[in-house]
Amino acid sequence: MEYGKDFRTCSVTGLKVHLPAQNLITINAVTSVVFLLVGGLMALLILLTRWPAVHLLPADLFYRFLTLHAIAMLVAWIIFFEIAGLYFGAAVLLNSRLAAPKTAWLAYLLMLGGAAMVAVEILRGRADVMFTSYVPLQASPAYYLGVILFAVGALIGCGVFFGTIVIARSEKTYTGSIPLVTFGLMAAAIIAVFTLACGAIIYIPTFLWSIGIISHIDPGIYRLVFWGFGHASQQINVCAMVACWYLLGALTVGAKPLNEKICRSAFVLYILFINLASEHHLLTDPTLSSAHKVANTSYFMYAAVLASLIHAMAIPAAVEVAQRKKGFTRGLFEWLVKAPWKEPGFSALIFSLLMFGFLGGITGVVIGTEQISIRAHNTWMITGHFHGTVVGGTTLAFMGTAYYLIPLITRKQLVGKSLASIQPFVFGIGITLLSVGMMTAGTLGVPRRHWDITFADSLFPFSFDPSVLMFVSLAAVGGILAAVGGAMFVGVSVSTLLFGKKMA
Amino acid sequence: MAITSPERVWWKPADKQEKTWITIAIIWCVILTIMMPLMHIIGKQNPSSEPLKISPMNFGKLANEFIDKYKVGEEQGIPVVHPPEGSDVYLVGKMWSWSPILELEAGKRYKLHISSMDLMHGFSLQPLVTNFQILPGHDNILNITPTTPGVYHIICNEFCGIGHHTMVGKIIVK
Repeated sequence: MEYGKDFRTCSVTGLKVHLPAQNLITINAVTSVVFLLVGGLMALLILLTRWPAVHLLPADLFYRFLTLHAIAMLVAWIIFFEIAGLYFGAAVLLNSRLAAPKTAWLAYLLMLGGAAMVAVEILRGRADVMFTSYVPLQASPAYYLGVILFAVGALIGCGVFFGTIVIARSEKTYTGSIPLVTFGLMAAAIIAVFTLACGAIIYIPTFLWSIGIISHIDPGIYRLVFWGFGHASQQINVCAMVACWYLLGALTVGAKPLNEKICRSAFVLYILFINLASEHHLLTDPTLSSAHKVANTSYFMYAAVLASLIHAMAIPAAVEVAQRKKGFTRGLFEWLVKAPWKEPGFSALIFSLLMFGFLGGITGVVIGTEQISIRAHNTWMITGHFHGTVVGGTTLAFMGTAYYLIPLITRKQLVGKSLASIQPFVFGIGITLLSVGMMTAGTLGVPRRHWDITFADSLFPFSFDPSVLMFVSLAAVGGILAAVGGAMFVGVSVSTLLFGKKMA
Repeated sequence: MAITSPERVWWKPADKQEKTWITIAIIWCVILTIMMPLMHIIGKQNPSSEPLKISPMNFGKLANEFIDKYKVGEEQGIPVVHPPEGSDVYLVGKMWSWSPILELEAGKRYKLHISSMDLMHGFSLQPLVTNFQILPGHDNILNITPTTPGVYHIICNEFCGIGHHTMVGKIIVK
């Protein structure tokens, strides 16, 4: 083969691995873990502040660290890891060379530079604006510029992914259709293009506004377009996470999708409908007509919900069939009881699936209705909901994937396999308690993004129902447990990179 | 497997169980889709459906006229107003207070206008946990009928700067 010298053959999977792709996957994955560490530290600090029993940080640092937590996690950790996943799904799974490695490095540097700029601006106290940076609350120009650079980098990364698929197809490195995992990642990349375009449409004018070129940005328009970016970027996560579920099912029990047509059609439903549902953020806004709200959050959203329901059956079914083929056929549940629960990828898959579905997904559908949104809007219910989806679902699926991706790509044996095999349990139970605590407290009225729910300094005294404290404490205990689980993941992956024994 | 290319022809009909599940899922989605407009019509609480743009300056002027006209007292420097039934009632969010304090009567209808003078705020009525997004430049219009007498608090649940957590207002229903 023409590009022979740039390739190695993986001793585990037999796949051909393009060395420049391998380096890019490693650097993106390592960077993502570094941001996970930063975001996790912030998570612990803000959680200990929200817990009235501790109330750790002063107000200014609380709001600052909360901003950094969201950016480090939602943007940096998840998107760096997704880029690593995209390169893996295209180059490695298709036996192909990566399109334009130099451009991919440029994308990486733009993303890193952008993320670093944003983090520095936040820590310098020049961008205490939360993840949403709602106008007319203003951050420094460098903050917006950092976000723009990051988005441009990520967009280029998606371009490299598409280019790689084109190359693999024209060089016939695979036969027939692309694998389902790559297909799912492609759906994620398509949604990413829409999402990042929305990001550009809103952040570029906001940047110009921050340096004084534009005098006014309508807050209603800002919220509309921002959520085309802010929520749609979570839809990239959903797609990438579902692709990881199929990947983990294949790696841990050899699960084979029962019906490729159905699984792939479900991904297409995501592409077509999921972004339109972003408008549920605006249900209690005074800017849209009722007809608009009802249309955009009813049948459009439920078409995407249908896709999730399809995956919710297809993945466990594929696992069950694979297990039954291995002979675990006694009773209804032998296949599940005798599943490889010590494999971190398997327990991560199951926890991620359950938490995404039952904690994040169902609550999302419920609070996305016009009337219930009135009850839930901007309360801790929302925070609990998306910690179920993005942390319990996406982050845990990515952690499970990393336990296989890191050894495959770096050719180093996992250090602390036993720690890794209990990590999904610790993290999963922690996030479950956190999410349930947040949601219950939110239902009782506790607002999100709030330094002092005892209202000690307010003009009029006000206090919540005393039971609120119990649920806040539950969230705090769960959060601390999740932080321990997160630290275990970072410990295992960093030790593997630094001290892992080289595999043949 | 999901990480390898599928067999040549993968566009195959679904199994019976898959079809059953997908049918159930579609029926459920259809029910949800019908419920959305239905609840808007038969439900008793809907968010604002009268989008109206108004500059913070003009909104402030209307609110001040409203306060001057119906003011009955003052508490902690915040005016207390008692508007008549059916009137336009104004509530202003600004860093970091809700003004005025509203005295309303149970069983009577009011047209409540809420907007902001500066940043976005979150109107969150406690202990009912009823929340609306408040934007400067936009009037959040709600037709309300208080049902139960009592003292209600309005907290802010949209981040609006360093004093965000101190922003508490009041509505008294008599």
